[in-house]
Amino acid sequence: MDISTTTDVPPSAPRPDAGERRTARGVTRPGDRIFLALSRGSGILLLVIMAAIAVFLTYRACLAISADDGNFLTTFEWNTNTDPPVFGIAVLAFGTVVSSVVAMALALPIAVAIALFLTHYAPRRLSGPIAYVIDLLAAVPSIVYGLWGALILVPHMQGLYGWLDQFLGWTGIFAWNGGAPRAMLTVGILLAIMILPIITNVSREVFRQVPRMHEEAALALGATRWEVVRMAVLPFGRSGVISAAMLGLGRALGETMAVATVLSPSYDIQASLLDPGGGTFAQNIASKFGEASVQGRDALIASGLVLFVITLLVNGAARAIIARRKEYSGANA
Amino acid sequence: MKLQRKNRLRALSLGAVAVSGALALTACGSDDTGTKTGSGSSSAAAAGSIKCDGAKGQLLADGSSAQKNAIDAWVKNFSQACGVQINYKGAGSGAGVTSFNQGQIAFAGSDSALKPEEVVASKKVCKGGQGIDLPMVGGPIALGYNVPGVDNLVLDAPTLAKIFDSKIQKWNDAAIKKLNPSAKLPDLKIQAFHRSEDSGTTDNFTKYLIATTPDNWKYEGGKAWQAKGGQAASGSSGVAQGVKQNPGAIGYFELSYAKDMTTVAIATGAKTPVKPSTDSATADIAAAKVVGTGQDLALKLDYNTKAEGAYPLTLVTYEIVCDKGNKPETLPATKAFLTYLAGEDGQKVLSQNDYAPIPEEIIAKVRTTVASLS
Repeated sequence: MDISTTTDVPPSAPRPDAGERRTARGVTRPGDRIFLALSRGSGILLLVIMAAIAVFLTYRACLAISADDGNFLTTFEWNTNTDPPVFGIAVLAFGTVVSSVVAMALALPIAVAIALFLTHYAPRRLSGPIAYVIDLLAAVPSIVYGLWGALILVPHMQGLYGWLDQFLGWTGIFAWNGGAPRAMLTVGILLAIMILPIITNVSREVFRQVPRMHEEAALALGATRWEVVRMAVLPFGRSGVISAAMLGLGRALGETMAVATVLSPSYDIQASLLDPGGGTFAQNIASKFGEASVQGRDALIASGLVLFVITLLVNGAARAIIARRKEYSGANA
Repeated sequence: MKLQRKNRLRALSLGAVAVSGALALTACGSDDTGTKTGSGSSSAAAAGSIKCDGAKGQLLADGSSAQKNAIDAWVKNFSQACGVQINYKGAGSGAGVTSFNQGQIAFAGSDSALKPEEVVASKKVCKGGQGIDLPMVGGPIALGYNVPGVDNLVLDAPTLAKIFDSKIQKWNDAAIKKLNPSAKLPDLKIQAFHRSEDSGTTDNFTKYLIATTPDNWKYEGGKAWQAKGGQAASGSSGVAQGVKQNPGAIGYFELSYAKDMTTVAIATGAKTPVKPSTDSATADIAAAKVVGTGQDLALKLDYNTKAEGAYPLTLVTYEIVCDKGNKPETLPATKAFLTYLAGEDGQKVLSQNDYAPIPEEIIAKVRTTVASLS
């Protein structure tokens, strides 16, 4: 509050004398009132739009779910053009979560490592260009990632899949039957590349804000570089890294075209990450929307709502984690 | 501070280099596609004798993506001759019929004939009439495969059903060997590719399997793929791509996607197995029966054909218009365009674009119907 009122003081009154400031707060000029009305209006408009969207989605989703002949949560099928329609979100929820988890597991360590390298190891001459290249990754449209994934990545995954199957196939998670590698692991790798820039950039900013004093104190105690990173930088940046990861996770959960181009979808759940099959919410909406009947569209909207709820839960969990570690969260305020 | 600013400048210039590099790349990319579309359109036929009959203005249309390439070629010739702008979106048969029944477009393209409830809905838009199906474009659904060392693969309907239902898993299966006694079939896993999104091509392929071998294909059919297993890819191009990439793969798509690929010849019971081509598809459509009533010319294809040189796995896409009660402002243009499509020149364009012309007997009926549109 204080900050906003002081910045409202026009530059013609540069002396922030205590008495003058009080009068500046008391006087309301027309410009102030218009600005207040505009900004308040925008805020309310946002809430109204969100509420309208939520009502519309919920209404259509309710229509779909009440017409559903299967169990919306457990049916392994998506037949919305039949009468009555039969569909369920189990496969989609599983696939969405699995692909995002794989992407996070791959992207998070690499992104944090890049951010640390850029802020604490790389010479300045190198860190600028690297940061630019990472920003460029974020500018590539997802359909291009999808095409690259389908044309280049998929044919080159055979070796990795074979290796994983040979050494880790006994776990069941990495069992492979030799089909084209258009499976969850490939999707996860692609998503990892796509969310890498977001996580890297946010973490880099957080690490940059580690108080110099903390680092110097650690150095003065005889810590090595790695120890400085471990004792001063990482604890300070933890909540920031968590929010970075959540931003990335948000993109991974909702990614559409890249998944739709690379994955070979089917409506069943399997333990193996390497066998083609499964699906995600966004991918399913993209591939089913074109020929969907009115009922089918409602069903897709219902599935979209579930994705919305999942994202909400994930974000809520992240906020809870950040709130618990408030003492460090000065960085991402 | 100064040092930092210098670094920032350097970084900025690096960024600029990267951006301009990317721009240069996109520039040559768009050049490439430009020449490609140029060479592609040169195959389109000359405009021929197109009667404009006072057609003018703009036509909106939407529907089946299967006939999109044919429509594009037609539209190019027609708008050159008559100056009518035709905008065919190709968003899918379902979307086309929906827009047609909402009165948003002049005609729709569809892979399947109107369902009874869709005809009822169309009566609202067609004042005093109803929506009718005009068969205009035929096309064989080719089965492309990628089996190293095998060039002349022959399959029949039951074997196809078993392959796509994951009942036959290897290329050297006894059932395939029986049909291809002389081929060297490898001990290779079969990867059957189908469409991941709902599609009229899937609908027609499964209709064929249901009609010819109901014992081996026990699914209901429809636009969504119902069998389990196999690989799914998005769009005909995705399926074709998958087949090209993976040894052991087989997939179904329109003939135009099968250009540099080997295709399956289907053993129909005729003396020689039939390969997909525009001629063999037309030969099959010739045996189709008109099942539409009144002005409607919906066809029932003969999937069980045993005629020599008739490729049984064929689809027909329809143009859907009102028999009576078309909007007066779009009627002349619609009529003139459909007259051109059904005419000899129009049908000739089809075979140049890997589609099958509709046989003479049926297209003659289409012409009469188009002439009577009001």
